[in-house]
Amino acid sequence: MSTSPKLLDVQHVTVEFHIGGLLGGALLTAVNDVSFSLESDKPEIFTLAGESGSGKTTLSRLLLRDLEPTKGKVLFEGRDVSTIRKRSEFIEFIKKVQPVFQNPFETFSPLRRVEAYLFDTVKNFRMASNRREAAGIVDDALRSVGLSLDEVRQRYPHELSGGQIQRVSVARALISQPKLILADEPVSMVDASLRMEIVNLFQKLRDERGVSVIYITHDLATAYYISDRIAIMLRGYIVESGPVEDVLERPAHPYTQLLKESVPEPTPSKRESWAKHIELGVTEIKEYGRIGCKFAGRCPKVMDICRQADPPDVQVGRQTVKCYLYSEHVEKTEAGTQP
Amino acid sequence: MTLLSVQNLHAYYKTEAYGISRTVRAVDGVSFDLFPNEIYGVAGESSCGKTTLIKVISGSIRPPLKAIEGSVNYNFGDYQADMLKISQEELRRNIRWKRISYVMQGSMSVLNPVRKVIKTFQDIVDTHERITDKKEFLEKTRAHINRLGLPTDVLNAYPHQLSGGMRQRVAIALATVFQPALIIADEPTTALDVVVQRGVLHMIKDIQAASKNTVLLVTHDMAVHANVADRVMIMYAGRIVEEAPTEVIFNTPLHPYTQHLINSLPMIGEKSMKASLKGSPPNLADPPTGCRFHPRCPYVMDECRTVVPELVSVKERHRVACHLVKEASL
Amino acid sequence: MLRVSRDLLRYDGRFRLAVILLGGVVIMILLSFNSPYDPGKSFEVPWDLPPSWEHPFGTTSRGQDLFWWLTFAVRNSLYLGIVTAIISRVISVLVGLTAGYRGGWIDRVLMAISDSFVVLPLLPILILLSFLLRESMNLLNLAIILGLFGWSFDARLIRSQVLSLRERSFTRTAVYSGTSGFWITIREHLPFVLPIVFATTLNNILWSIGMEVTLSVLGLSDLTTPTLGTALFWANQHGALVAGVWWWITAPAVVTAILFLGLYLLFTSINEFIDPRTRLRLIGG
Repeated sequence: MSTSPKLLDVQHVTVEFHIGGLLGGALLTAVNDVSFSLESDKPEIFTLAGESGSGKTTLSRLLLRDLEPTKGKVLFEGRDVSTIRKRSEFIEFIKKVQPVFQNPFETFSPLRRVEAYLFDTVKNFRMASNRREAAGIVDDALRSVGLSLDEVRQRYPHELSGGQIQRVSVARALISQPKLILADEPVSMVDASLRMEIVNLFQKLRDERGVSVIYITHDLATAYYISDRIAIMLRGYIVESGPVEDVLERPAHPYTQLLKESVPEPTPSKRESWAKHIELGVTEIKEYGRIGCKFAGRCPKVMDICRQADPPDVQVGRQTVKCYLYSEHVEKTEAGTQP
Repeated sequence: MTLLSVQNLHAYYKTEAYGISRTVRAVDGVSFDLFPNEIYGVAGESSCGKTTLIKVISGSIRPPLKAIEGSVNYNFGDYQADMLKISQEELRRNIRWKRISYVMQGSMSVLNPVRKVIKTFQDIVDTHERITDKKEFLEKTRAHINRLGLPTDVLNAYPHQLSGGMRQRVAIALATVFQPALIIADEPTTALDVVVQRGVLHMIKDIQAASKNTVLLVTHDMAVHANVADRVMIMYAGRIVEEAPTEVIFNTPLHPYTQHLINSLPMIGEKSMKASLKGSPPNLADPPTGCRFHPRCPYVMDECRTVVPELVSVKERHRVACHLVKEASL
Repeated sequence: MLRVSRDLLRYDGRFRLAVILLGGVVIMILLSFNSPYDPGKSFEVPWDLPPSWEHPFGTTSRGQDLFWWLTFAVRNSLYLGIVTAIISRVISVLVGLTAGYRGGWIDRVLMAISDSFVVLPLLPILILLSFLLRESMNLLNLAIILGLFGWSFDARLIRSQVLSLRERSFTRTAVYSGTSGFWITIREHLPFVLPIVFATTLNNILWSIGMEVTLSVLGLSDLTTPTLGTALFWANQHGALVAGVWWWITAPAVVTAILFLGLYLLFTSINEFIDPRTRLRLIGG
């Protein structure tokens, strides 16, 4: 048990949005009572997986201090992130927490040379006293992602491939030697043949530089490949979380099972389970507004109680599952409602 | 009987502005055939030329795109068409929606956002077959929607009220109203979640199985091809590098690029290290000489840098364009 | 800059034509500094003479050589147009960038002010002001007033552009690179905003020159200053058309048309070149 504070401690965080006008409108709970944490002394790759509308993007904005939680707290290195008000405190924060965005062609302005952002970062974080020193730091950062300043010099985004831009984006994030990187769908817009180099890069960062990565994706295959732990999100809730091998090889929650089954495998002989027909929802709003378990409308194992109240978190083996199926015969991790 | 025969097609983009003229050789010598009652997959990354190929096949050849060489001929049984010579009027009247229809990545481009779905149906049907009996049209449309497993109330909704997956399925319903012989699906599920993707692809498969027409499915996702396509064709930098029935291409891929595409895909249950290719897809305005894949190929030989490998048949229905394979079969 | 001009000159027909037309205008302006006649004096030459070699645009009913008089007119009108454009551009960019990026109450206040300016009926106010400031309504003051009224439309345009730019990923990248809000607007957003500014500058110049013409024709500006507007006023005053002195109306009209057309072609061709979207398309982005 380490005595230093956790790197990141998300405690019962809820984010609600008001949609519609000042009068009337509805409450959209994008993130609902989410808790998880990352240790400081054990760098890891933690995946937040889910489909669109699951709340993962809202959660990532929250962790980057782009949004404030409606309820709950986010602690970074022991400090409540919402107390960061002054600009100097914000700069100290972002030196340690950096993002990598989804669309490589939007990450940098098409009218600026990509290296400009790297030099900006060095200058704003006061890491060099002159241009030559700054160039050295920028070059180091680029080399750690397999590029160099000479390759990238004077280039505009459209002159580089998606894979190269993503690498530059990671290099920029690495300049301040952060402890945590938030990568939001970093490879979904990158060509298939270039994808693995970015994914492998995250592993290298964890192993060689001790950087923890929160990897946000809907692609379970790459999540399996690089993560240590994974949390599956559905409509704002974390429905299952735990070590990635356990969650993805032996999924306990029916939604995780559905997700895993729906991932097409590049092996024609294994088509059977994917070929089973399923039902799709008509609109998403209906699921959000549902009382009780958000998956109840589509769950093959639904019970009456599922529609009455939110399911409790239950420990099943090494994973935590938010499902009534397991709440009778296994020990609970939190006080839950017993039917 | 071949539905579509593409022979030695070369289609380039020629732009000239402020003294800089560029020729992008997007499709550079492509030949393949499509048959009735099959799902034909086209795989390839961005800038491999597949989007240009589709434009030419569906007759959308507008400057700066120009078909320099080759032929694109359709045989619909009662009707033949030469895509490179056909008039826009003929395309509009006899081809689009009736014999060839299109499902694209963003369904919003076919669904009018300010009109109810049923109105879009009406617009499309009306341009081809004057609707004389409105009630009959509504009944037929409802039946069509139901047959595809969609609830009829989607007809009365506006597109933005439906989820992304539902919109895409409505777009597919639109594309199949006239039972076309060829449905071109261009990255139909790329932006969709994996569960929704499964539903949409199932729908495409069911339609194809019921009407026994041809579906040309273009996507960079090899896993989708593995589960949906009957035959797969791999494109790289404007050329075909391999083409074979799905089982064959996944079990015995012969071209190094295909091998990489398949082997680099991570799978749940497997934690072995996956490598990536060095380099990046080439610039089609200035492609590499010889085999366009040679700068990135792990098995590159001298010949590859200068001589363009021909697409040859190595087995029944299995074609490859690679000097390695040519050597082996000698 | 020179490279841009050279490229445009070589490849864009509109730019070439613009250079020719505006070249003529510029020559006229330069000639005004060497004018043999003082535009303030009248009856220096025989009046009502039709165009000839000695007097290329003929002479007016007040005994002034029209050509040399117009060189001053063009110079003054263009001066007015440019000063107005500069003042209104600067204000609209500052307001638009600030309102768009800061949002909140700053945005609301600035937009309320801007909207008020939009709905104010300009011509009646100008007429009123010119009555009140009869003495001091010289060209510079008129330019300042027009500049103060000409920024509101564009401020809102710029603000919308900034609102959408704010949401784009590269703005967030700049935030996490530690760049302050001020520098984000300048370095990231301004380059996208400039084409709008450029495009509306032309509009602004033409509008202000037109406004001046309107005021002058009504006799409300400083009529001793030669401008394209006062040319028409004096021509009207002396019943030029009725008296058969057609060149007094035609020459200013033609010069004005050449000025307007030249400016239009110049701006359109340059704008297409500097607009990020067309530029990206052309350099292959």
